[in-house]
Amino acid sequence: MAAISPPRPRRKLSLRQQDVRTGWLLVIPALLVILGVTLWPIIYTFILSFYHAPTGLNQVRTFVGLGNYLEMIKDRTFWETIGRTMYFTIVSVSLEMVLGMAIAQLIHSHPWGWRFLRFSLIIPWAVPTIVNGAMWRWIYSADFGALNGLLMQLGLIKHYVPWLTLPNLAMPLVILADVWHTMPFVALILQAALATLPIELDEAAAVDGANAFQRFWQIRLPLLRPAILVALIARTVDAFRVFDIVYIITSSGPANRTLTITYLTYLNTFPWGNQGIGASLSFLISIFTISMALIFIRFLYHPEETQ
Amino acid sequence: MMPFRKFLRKLPPFLLTFPVLFFIFFPVLWLFSASLSNQVELYAIPTHWVPQHPTLQNYLDIIFPNLATSSVPRTFAVALLNSIKIASAVTVISIVIGGLAAYALVRIPFKFNRTIQLGFIATRMIPEVSLILPLFIIASRLQLINKPVVLIMAYMSFALPYAIWMLAAFFQSVPLELEDAARMDGCSRLGILFRVVMPISVPGLVSTAMFTFLLAWDEFFYALIFTSTLASKTAPVAMAEFVGRYAVNINGMMAGGIIVALPPVILAFIFQRYIVSGLTAGAVKG
Repeated sequence: MAAISPPRPRRKLSLRQQDVRTGWLLVIPALLVILGVTLWPIIYTFILSFYHAPTGLNQVRTFVGLGNYLEMIKDRTFWETIGRTMYFTIVSVSLEMVLGMAIAQLIHSHPWGWRFLRFSLIIPWAVPTIVNGAMWRWIYSADFGALNGLLMQLGLIKHYVPWLTLPNLAMPLVILADVWHTMPFVALILQAALATLPIELDEAAAVDGANAFQRFWQIRLPLLRPAILVALIARTVDAFRVFDIVYIITSSGPANRTLTITYLTYLNTFPWGNQGIGASLSFLISIFTISMALIFIRFLYHPEETQ
Repeated sequence: MMPFRKFLRKLPPFLLTFPVLFFIFFPVLWLFSASLSNQVELYAIPTHWVPQHPTLQNYLDIIFPNLATSSVPRTFAVALLNSIKIASAVTVISIVIGGLAAYALVRIPFKFNRTIQLGFIATRMIPEVSLILPLFIIASRLQLINKPVVLIMAYMSFALPYAIWMLAAFFQSVPLELEDAARMDGCSRLGILFRVVMPISVPGLVSTAMFTFLLAWDEFFYALIFTSTLASKTAPVAMAEFVGRYAVNINGMMAGGIIVALPPVILAFIFQRYIVSGLTAGAVKG
């Protein structure tokens, strides 16, 4: 086609070139912004992680090689914090997935008022993280909290309990607050995926004598795998870098019992003024989240492989 | 007999919805009820689940800050305005810049196109904490701390890739035949974008705008670091400050919390139709 007559290919070529130029012109503003606010900072952070860098504009930075990383590895607080962050991530994401799936199934079975239930899920999802945190902090309050009020009226406690000062309960309480806020995201995604499944499959299996339990495990669950994976990975990446909700509910207390890895990075970078340590910590968080992102991209670009 | 058996079958799932609804509504309804009560009733034992002397004073103090007696509602009103300005600016800039880029990425095949696409997706996964230190250092040098522009720029780091990602999914669903037809009629690329693709993608643009606004409205970490004066704080930071620092006027802060939560909840209800498609477009289709 291209070489029928001499003028045509030339015209076509210039059109294509024009197209390419337009393409670049359209992309360049976004690229510049991302270069400035993401790419350059992440490289800078990486470089800073090899320096001893006290806070302050005119402080001298000294190159320490892997010193910051070694210091971290030797620090017990670091490993405890990693463990605590894993605990938060695993428990809250599992609860969100299980509850989200259960509620998605419940909505899918279309009980009376299922539209209202789906509508209601939007509220916890839309409430800003900080408002959610403040709300739960007040619910757990030792003086006026709704948790104390409720348990007292049910006769389960005799005196108001200062919940957030209990070392072993602080983290589970933060997790509960997080689950309230993020479970709707999982439920809505899974419910939407469920709604697209062909109903005939379910009916055929029912005719063949499969009970509800078998239909769930053997038919719905495998078909939902892509949606489950997406929700799972998005939530894991988010949960691993939890900060806001901890900051407002417990401020990492009592006695560091809710200190997470992002919180430790924040403390090092700003209040404690060890920018080098902060940079190396934040770089480790990046490595974790980016490896999660790579998995994410893999599943995004080859959805057929997840079947 | 059949209707009764059907009734029996429908009863258990219906009953199951009650604990779920209780879990969803109990916290917010309690917060709302407490925001309508005064300090004395808040501390009452046993709890007054419904205030006996409900008052709108806490809300009026924030809406008409000049009449308020304490400084908390005044600061809060300023913070709300800051949040509105910043989130709106971030939304508009992301949609414009992101819309242009998203179109080019899905429709114009040029070198590095795919690399750039993957790059934008990867940046979504970089945590704020990894970017904040360099941004903070440069903002201090340029004396931009406490200026809204620094927050708007910082928010671009998550809002722009998000907008590109979602818009790309919507643009991809525009039938190619329409674009080809417009090209035959002599329409330029930009002409196609503005006269064909954009008008068809209005639902996509609207839901992307809503999601971007919510992200910016919700943001806390950058705002915590980049603002230190009362005049420059955003609503979430003001909220966190009051909760941590002032032991007084808890009901006032509760009213503040409800007010901060209202715009996103109202937006979400108005655009209810788009939420699920938005979540799945953002999360599944890419």
